[in-house]
Amino acid sequence: MKDINYSKVFIKGIFLFIIFNLLIAAWQPNIGKLSLYNSIFTGRERLPFGENPKQSYNLSLFDLDAMFASHVIHGTKKTENEFRVIVIGDSSVWGTLLKPEETLSGQLNEMNLSACGKNVKAYNLGYPTISLTKDVMLLEHAMRYKPDLILWMTTLDAFIVENQSSPIVLNNEEKIRDLETNYGLAVGISDFEKKSFWDKTFVGDRRAWADLVRLQIYGVMWSATGIDQFYPDEYESAQIDLEANVLFYGDEPPVLEKKLFHVNALETGIRIAENTPVLIVNEPILISTGENSDIRYNFFYPRWAYDLYRDVVMPYLSQMLGWNYVDLWDIVPANEFTNSAIHLTPAGEKILAESLVPYIVEKCK
Amino acid sequence: MTIIQILIIVIFTLLFAILKRGRDSFLLIASVLVMFWLQPALPIRGFDFWIPIATLIITIFTWLITTDNKLNRKNIFTLVIIASIILLINLTRYFSFAQIFTPSRPPQIEITLIIFLIFGLIFFLLMKYNASFLTFGLILLLSIFLILKIPAWTIELSSLLRALNNQSLTNVSALDIRWLGFSYVAFRLIHTIRDKQAGRLPSVDLGEYITYVIFFPAFTAGPIDRIERFIKDLRQPFEGLNQEKFFEAGQRLLIGLFKKFVIADTLALIALNDTNATQIQSTGWMWILVYAYAFQIYFDFSGYTDIALGIAKFIGINLPENFSSPYLKPNLTQFWNNWHMTLTQWFRSYFFNPVTRWLRSWQKPMSMPMMILLTQVATMVLIGFWHGVTWNFTIWGLWHGLGLFIHNRWNDLTKAKAAEWANTPFKQNVLNISGIIFTFHFVAIGWIFFALSSPVTSWNMILKLFGVVSP
Repeated sequence: MKDINYSKVFIKGIFLFIIFNLLIAAWQPNIGKLSLYNSIFTGRERLPFGENPKQSYNLSLFDLDAMFASHVIHGTKKTENEFRVIVIGDSSVWGTLLKPEETLSGQLNEMNLSACGKNVKAYNLGYPTISLTKDVMLLEHAMRYKPDLILWMTTLDAFIVENQSSPIVLNNEEKIRDLETNYGLAVGISDFEKKSFWDKTFVGDRRAWADLVRLQIYGVMWSATGIDQFYPDEYESAQIDLEANVLFYGDEPPVLEKKLFHVNALETGIRIAENTPVLIVNEPILISTGENSDIRYNFFYPRWAYDLYRDVVMPYLSQMLGWNYVDLWDIVPANEFTNSAIHLTPAGEKILAESLVPYIVEKCK
Repeated sequence: MTIIQILIIVIFTLLFAILKRGRDSFLLIASVLVMFWLQPALPIRGFDFWIPIATLIITIFTWLITTDNKLNRKNIFTLVIIASIILLINLTRYFSFAQIFTPSRPPQIEITLIIFLIFGLIFFLLMKYNASFLTFGLILLLSIFLILKIPAWTIELSSLLRALNNQSLTNVSALDIRWLGFSYVAFRLIHTIRDKQAGRLPSVDLGEYITYVIFFPAFTAGPIDRIERFIKDLRQPFEGLNQEKFFEAGQRLLIGLFKKFVIADTLALIALNDTNATQIQSTGWMWILVYAYAFQIYFDFSGYTDIALGIAKFIGINLPENFSSPYLKPNLTQFWNNWHMTLTQWFRSYFFNPVTRWLRSWQKPMSMPMMILLTQVATMVLIGFWHGVTWNFTIWGLWHGLGLFIHNRWNDLTKAKAAEWANTPFKQNVLNISGIIFTFHFVAIGWIFFALSSPVTSWNMILKLFGVVSP
């Protein structure tokens, strides 16, 4: 047998490893689209998000291609008979503490609705952070799935400029810059996660690569159990007794500074949607009756700021800019909220879904 | 062990391998330090410091009762080194780097000194009457083993220790006393006691004995070496690390790291456990999770063995193999000859063979099948107990014991016919491959009792796997 020259093997190995890393850094392959979901594994009912992967069989990652490739919408060919509704928004749309069938999209699908003579099929594309910029980024990606209607669930906090820097936004500077160039998104974010050349190598970017693999592996557990988040036996209910604090992001009544609002993000989203109808919904919030509820509605909002947003800002903007806008802020009773002033129980989601039915059906008229 | 801990150990090992000199002292000192360093934090105050000390004390006493080597200068020097290491680790409590070798701040040094004093008194007592303590030592080791392996007893001990420490009893748990490496340490010690009783234990000095028992690469996950083989390597002059040895050991280490931290840890995400066993919605996925567990446990355990073998090779110690493609064996007997080999060899030497000899020595020996049934079931149940004295490990042991017995009888009945039928290479392959598939599935189903903690859940899982009950 030929003697092995171990030094040569070692040096060649190191050399190939370095070349491989440099190639990855220079090429930046877009492998997120390669997915075992929708073929070997069932497509996910909502975008991957999870802070406790071992219990939720889900994890948070920032690769939009991989996220969408794991979603059921990616593997569902739109038929002529399908009226495709995509629902975007924050954790209330994604469905914290809710099973996929209990979310707003799930409830709409349970109703077997028809619109324009077609079967309504709703897809949950919500993602748990409150930011319009994040919504716009996801919407732009979702447009390739040819929706017939976009349900954009939003709330006052999503407009606030400082809330735009959601982690998924900060880790997708290239996509945000594309939105800026192509659709005129105003990007007021300066703290994007910058990747050095080293960060782009396989070693430097190992976390992202590992997340991609983990996402595929958790496909087994998602397919086997249908579980994609951790459901605790008990949770802390949304705060009812509130602080006597009238401030809203530093603003005092009665003036909400214009600079506080990132309206441009919503406008950009509507531009992206082009001819696809967009229904902007002011989502339900918890109206507290506890301590200091005369000052605040809930943990998020002092009454004066929310009333100003709801009574003046949104009606004015929607009229001026021609938005389809629905205000459903108070349709869900306080007992149908779970661990946050925007998270609903399955019954709360049902109320919301039923309230939206006329608007969905109306789109065909 | 984490990957960082392994890499630190590898770096220090390589440094000493390059230096060549003082290998024996390095192995002794490193083994003691690593034992303290790897011990997980425990909720009972100071216990994560006392457990490694207890391991050392038990080891030294066992050496004392098994040795003919009296207290010469070399052994006294070893004792001084051990005492110095303990005191130095204890002294770290007075510095900002208090937790460099221990997971929590070491206790007050006065207590250590009192323990040294008590240790010294017992030491001199044992020196005088060492041989008469062999059986006592064996019973003592087995008793500690049982206390640690029977959850109810561990909880009792934990309650007692918590009470002595003036700690609350509300959170008492069997996990309060996680004695790192004790299963392996105890079996190495029992091996030396039994060999001493049989008159075949080689003469070893204290340093060699301690290094053998707590040898750092094999401390947490084996293999369980034999002392006569280990000291043969240890007494060989260490000629340093040449290129060939370095790459051979490095390759083994890398394979181990890959098996453990890439394959096993990935499979762990989907392997069967108590939580997901009740969440799975279809039979097909249940099988996938069972397979994932079967491969996870193999890659995890054999990965650690490869790591241990690789690190040991760097310093000239050739630890015995523990796994040899067990899932590719065509029958259960061969599976057990190739799975955790050093443990099964231990049980063969110190339980199965002696018991079989004893049963054969009866004036009216029982029938051969009965004897095989008894010894194989008893051996496998004891191997189950080695993992923990619980119903699930007992059933797992029974499953394999009965499996081995049935295979033995089946083999006796069909061996001739099978040989007659398999008269072409193709038929031999068919027989072989079907044997591998059947054996693997038998073992995989057995793992259900290993992976889950309740016999009821395990049984339900098996019923669901075969479609008797819907998921």
